[in-house]
Amino acid sequence: MKVSYYPGCSLQSTASEYGASTEAVLRALGITGKELPDWNCCGATSGHAIYRGLHQALAIRNLLIAEGEGLDLVVPCAACYNALRSTRQVLAGGDPEALRLKEETEHLLGRRYQGEVRVLHILEFLAGEEVGALLSARIRVPLAGLKLASYYGCLLTRPPRTVSFETNPEQPRLMDDLLSRLGASPVVWSHKTECCGASLSIPAPEIVCDLVGKIVLAARRAGADAIVTACPLCQTNLDGRQPEGEKIPVFFLTELVGVALGLNPHKWLRKHLVDARPLLKAHNLITASRA
Amino acid sequence: MVELRDPQPLRWIEEPSGQPITRCFQCYKCSSGCPVAGAMDILPHQIVRFVHLGLEEELLKCRAIWLCTACHTCKARCPNGIDISAINDTLKAAVLARGLRPALPAVADFHRQFLASVEKHGRVHELGMMVAYKLKTGNYLQDVPLGMRMLARGKFKLLPDPIRGQKEVRTLFHRARGEQR
Repeated sequence: MKVSYYPGCSLQSTASEYGASTEAVLRALGITGKELPDWNCCGATSGHAIYRGLHQALAIRNLLIAEGEGLDLVVPCAACYNALRSTRQVLAGGDPEALRLKEETEHLLGRRYQGEVRVLHILEFLAGEEVGALLSARIRVPLAGLKLASYYGCLLTRPPRTVSFETNPEQPRLMDDLLSRLGASPVVWSHKTECCGASLSIPAPEIVCDLVGKIVLAARRAGADAIVTACPLCQTNLDGRQPEGEKIPVFFLTELVGVALGLNPHKWLRKHLVDARPLLKAHNLITASRA
Repeated sequence: MVELRDPQPLRWIEEPSGQPITRCFQCYKCSSGCPVAGAMDILPHQIVRFVHLGLEEELLKCRAIWLCTACHTCKARCPNGIDISAINDTLKAAVLARGLRPALPAVADFHRQFLASVEKHGRVHELGMMVAYKLKTGNYLQDVPLGMRMLARGKFKLLPDPIRGQKEVRTLFHRARGEQR
C-alpha cells in the first residue's frame, strides 16, 4: 500500500517524535508513506485569525500538489488535517469565495483541482478496516494493563459536519477502539473533546494552564495512567503546561502503536517533558536495556 | 453600561464571516460551552447580539475576540449553525485593517509573527518565530524555563527549512491582504 504523507511543520520540530513514530509505524506495516513534495504550512489557527481566506489558499496549494500525486493523503497533525478537510468540503459545497481562491491558486501553480484527493487523518487511517487488520496481525507487545485517556481535542472533531469521522462527535470512539485493539484499557472520561487552548499557549499562558489543568485533572479522576493525543499542538501543550506537582505522561497515538508493534520507542519518548518511560517499564512494555 | 444608539445591525460582518447572524435567538448555548467564557468581557452570545445592535466600537475594542481559541464548540452546538469564531476572525481582521489597537496585543503579535514566518519560508520556523515574537512584545522572561527544557530535548529545529514554492506562498499572502501583485 502506498499513500501520500503530509507531516506539517510541528512534526519536524516541536513534535518530531510524532513524525518519527508515524513514519516508523507506516514502515512496520509495510505501507509506503511518500512525503508530499514541497508542502507548505497550513497556517494553523493564525492562518484564519487575521487575514480572510488565507488558510483556505494555503490548503488549496497543498491539495493541488496532493492531487497530482494521485494517492490518498494521510495527515497526522490535527491542525493540518482540519485545514485540508474543511477547505476540501467548502470547495465541494461550491462556496463562491473559495472557488475564486481555487481559480487563483490553480493559475499560480499551473494545474487544475478536480476535487478527487481523499484526506485522511492518521487516526482514521490506522483504525480503518484494511490497515486495522494489518495492525492486529502484527501486534507483538499488547499494551495490557495500561489505562489510557483518549484525548481528541477540537481539530479532529469540530466543526462536526466538515471534519469529524465519528458517529457522535461529542462522544468520539475511534481512538478508544484503536487503543483497545492494541490491548490497552481506555477509560471513560469527561474531557475528550474539551479545548486545551494551544493557540493561546504563547500569548496567554495563564488561561491555557487553567484549561490544561482541568483536562489533566479529569484524566486522573477517571483513573488514567496517561493521556493519548493525535495532535502535535495538544501534546506539546498538555506535556508542558501541567499543574505544579502533576506528571501524567502524554503520548502520541503513533508512539503507542509503535510500542505495540514491538518498535523501539526510546528515541521518541526521550523528547517528552514528562518522562513516559517509567510507566511503560512498570508494565513491562519496554526494557531499560533498549534505552 | 452600554448605551443603545438607534440600533443598526452590522451587515458588513455577514459576508466575510459567512455566518447567518440574524438567525440567532439568544439561547446561550454557545456561552455555556465556551472554554474561555470565564475570561471574556463579552460572552459569545453577546457578541452576536452586539452585531444585531450595531455596537461596532464595543466589539472592535473587546478582549473576547482575541481570547477565542477557535475550538468551534459554539458552532458544533448552535441550533442555528452560527460559527462565532468566524465572526471573531472577521472582527480581528477589521481591528488590524483599520489600524486600531488590539485589546490583547500579545495575541495579535503572536498571529502576526507566526504568519510572518510562514510568509518568509513557506513553513513556520518555530524557534525563529518565538524569538521574533519576544523581540516584538519585549516579553523576554516568560516561559524561559519551559523553552530551555524543550531546547534541551531537541524539540526545536535550529534553522528554517524554506520550500521551493516560497514565491507562490508569498503571492497567496499578498492576495489575502488585498495587495496588488
